[in-house]
Amino acid sequence: MSLVLEGVSRTVGGEVHLEDINLTFERGEFNVLMGLTRAGKTTLMRVMAGLEPPSKGRVLEDNVDVTATPVQKRSLGMVYQQFINYPAMSCYDNIASPLRLAKLSKAEIDRRVRAEAERLGIDHLLDRMPLEMSGGQQQRCAMARALVRDAKLILLDEPLVNLDYKLREGLRAELRELFKDRDTVIVYATTEPEEALVLGGKTAVLHEGRLVQHGLTAETYRNPATVTVSQVFSDPPMNLIEADVRDGRMVVGGLLDEPLPAHMSDLAPGSYTLGVRPHHLFANSVGAHGIDLAGTVEVAEIAGSVTYIHLEVGGHDWVVLERGVHMVHPGERFNVHFDPARLYAFDHEERLVASPATERG
Amino acid sequence: MARIELRNLGHQYAPGGDYALQPMQHVWEDGGAYALLGPSGCGKTTLLNIISGLVAPSEGQVMFDETDVTHTRTEDRNIGQVFQFPVIYDTMSVFDNLAFPLRNRRMDEAYVSQRVQHIATMLGLEGALNRRAKNLTADAKQKISLGRGLVREDVSAVLFDEPLTVIDPHLKWQLRRKLREIHEQLALTLVYVTHDQTEALTFADKVAVMLAGQVLQLGTPQELFERPAHTFVGYFIGSPGMNFMECTVDGSQAIVDGEHITVDPAMAEAARQHGGSLQLGIRPGLIRAAGEGESGHRVQVHSVEDLGDYQLVTGYLGNHRVHVRLDESEKIGSDGLQVVFPTENALLYADDRLVG
Repeated sequence: MSLVLEGVSRTVGGEVHLEDINLTFERGEFNVLMGLTRAGKTTLMRVMAGLEPPSKGRVLEDNVDVTATPVQKRSLGMVYQQFINYPAMSCYDNIASPLRLAKLSKAEIDRRVRAEAERLGIDHLLDRMPLEMSGGQQQRCAMARALVRDAKLILLDEPLVNLDYKLREGLRAELRELFKDRDTVIVYATTEPEEALVLGGKTAVLHEGRLVQHGLTAETYRNPATVTVSQVFSDPPMNLIEADVRDGRMVVGGLLDEPLPAHMSDLAPGSYTLGVRPHHLFANSVGAHGIDLAGTVEVAEIAGSVTYIHLEVGGHDWVVLERGVHMVHPGERFNVHFDPARLYAFDHEERLVASPATERG
Repeated sequence: MARIELRNLGHQYAPGGDYALQPMQHVWEDGGAYALLGPSGCGKTTLLNIISGLVAPSEGQVMFDETDVTHTRTEDRNIGQVFQFPVIYDTMSVFDNLAFPLRNRRMDEAYVSQRVQHIATMLGLEGALNRRAKNLTADAKQKISLGRGLVREDVSAVLFDEPLTVIDPHLKWQLRRKLREIHEQLALTLVYVTHDQTEALTFADKVAVMLAGQVLQLGTPQELFERPAHTFVGYFIGSPGMNFMECTVDGSQAIVDGEHITVDPAMAEAARQHGGSLQLGIRPGLIRAAGEGESGHRVQVHSVEDLGDYQLVTGYLGNHRVHVRLDESEKIGSDGLQVVFPTENALLYADDRLVG
C-alpha cells in the first residue's frame, strides 16, 4: 500500500506540533524520520497510526481517507522506545497476542510466532517471561509482536534508544535485513544520523514540526538542502563559518582569504555560510592546496575508535573527527587543515548552493 | 583529597555465593580521574557502592589515604556524590542548592558565597543563581547536582553514578566538556561509573573495564584502544569492536584459515609458550586496503554500509567474519577486497588474554 500525508498539521493548545506536512510513503520502502528530540517525529507517527487526529489535513491509505479511522480498525504494528510487553505473558504469548485477536487458527499462530521469533533470534527464549529477558531481548520480543501480523503499516519510534551501544550496534545492522522483503510501509524515527545511514532507504528530515527535506538517505546526507539539515542530519553537526565571496575569493575576516575552489566558482558575490564535515578536517597538513585554520581545544571526546576534538575556531564551535584515540587538553592550540574541495556553501537564506563532488561513483 | 586503595577487596552478597566482585587489589592516585566501565551486571555499581559506603564488602578493605573506611558510614566518609537523576531542592534557589552542602557543615557565609560563585561560573550557572530550581530544564538541574557534588573542597573523593543519563544526547558533549574541565581545574579524586564508552574515555585518565565482577584492564584510553588486555575489552571499546579470529602460530606468522599474517616475533613466541586457544585480534579501523600492486589478504565482501564519513565492510577472511573500516573514498572491487594487517596492529590472544 501507500500512505499519504496531505497537508497534515497539528496544534495543541496554541502550540504548533506539526505544520503542513506532505509526504508519500510507498510499500516495500524503508522510511526514516530524522530529527532532534521534539522535532515532531512522535506526533507525526501518532497521526499516521490514528492515535491523534490532525488539526488540518488528511491521511490516505491506498487513496482511501483514513483520517477519522480509529487505531483499532487500522492494520498497524508499533514499536516504542520503552520495551513494551505484557509482563504476565511469556515471550511466545506476547508475540501470539495480535494473531489471537485476529482469530487465526492455532497451527497458523504457532507457525508464524516461531518464524518471526527465529528471524529476530529469540526462538530459544519463547518460554521466558519478559522480566527474565535482557533489555535487548525484550525489545526483540516487542518487535516480533509488531511484525508478526504482517500489518500494512509498521511504525518504530526510536526502538534502540534505550539499549546500550553494543546491543544497538548489533541490532541496527540486523534491522535492515529484517525489513528487507516485507510488503509493507515501514517508518522508523530516530535522532541518530548514523542509524539512518545504516538503515538506508529514504529519509524525511523534520525540524520544529516542519518537513525540511525528503529524499534517498545517503543523498540527503551528502546534499543537505539547508543549514538546518546540515546540523540535524550529521553527528557531530557540520562545522559552519560565515564568509564573503568576492573577486573569485572567499574571505573570513582575519582568519581566511583564499581562492574559490572549482565547485564554488559560479557563486555570485555576497555573504555565504561555509560548511565542512568533522571527518574532512585534519590535524596534519593536507597538501599545498589545503587551507589551515587556527583553533583552540575545548575538549576531546573519545568514542572508542574515534576522537571528536571540539575546538573554538573564529568564535564558532567546531569539531574534528580523528580516527583512533588522541589526547589533547582544553586550552591547547590546535590547527585544522582541510581541502577546499570538501566545502559546502549555503546562501543568505541558508539554502545549499554548492556541495563537494562525491568521490565514489 | 585522598588516594583510594582497595586491599584484597571482594564481595559476595550471600556468604558462599557467587562473587559480585572478585577479590581485587588497586591503588587510585590522589587527584586522578577514574571511570568504571562495563555492561549491566558487571559489578561497577557494587564497587562504587562499596567506596561510598552503601555496601560493606564481605572481604578486604577500602583505604582513603592511611585511613581504613571499610566500615565507616557514608555521611562520615567525606565524599561528594552525583547520581543519575538530579537531587536538588525544587523550592530553593540555585544559589541555596549549591550552598547547601557547605552550610550544612557550618561554613562561614563569606566563604560559601565565594565558593558557590566559583562553582557556578565553572558550570555556566552564574546567570541562574537567583532562580528557583523548579522550572529549570533537566540538564540545568543535573548541572546543579554536579555543582553540589563538587562544591566542597575538603572531600576525599567525588563519586559519579551515570550522571549524564537524563541529558539530551545533543547536549551531552557540553557536560562532558565541563566534567573534563573540572577535573583539570580542581585537583579532585574522581570516580565515575558508566556503561557508555564515550563518557568513560572522555572523562577519565584511567578506565577500569569490568565484566562479571572483575576488572579486566585498568588503562588509559589509548591503552584500551591500542592494546586491549582481554578480548572483551577489545570488543567493548570501539564501534564496531575488535575483530578476533582463531589462529595457530608458526614462526612469526599467525595462520588464520590458511592465510599467513605476520605478527611481532616476541608476541608469537609468547603465544606459542602459552598455548591454549589462540586468537588474532585487530581493530576494524587499523586494517587497511592494500595499495596498487601490494600483496594483501583477500576479504570476501558480504556487505558494505555507507555511513557517510566512512564505509563499514563486513566480510570473510576464510571462514572468519571480519569488519573493515574504510574511508568514504575507498573503492571496493566486485571480486572482494585486498587488505593488509599492519604488524604493529595485529595482536595475539591466548585464552582471551593478550600475550607478551
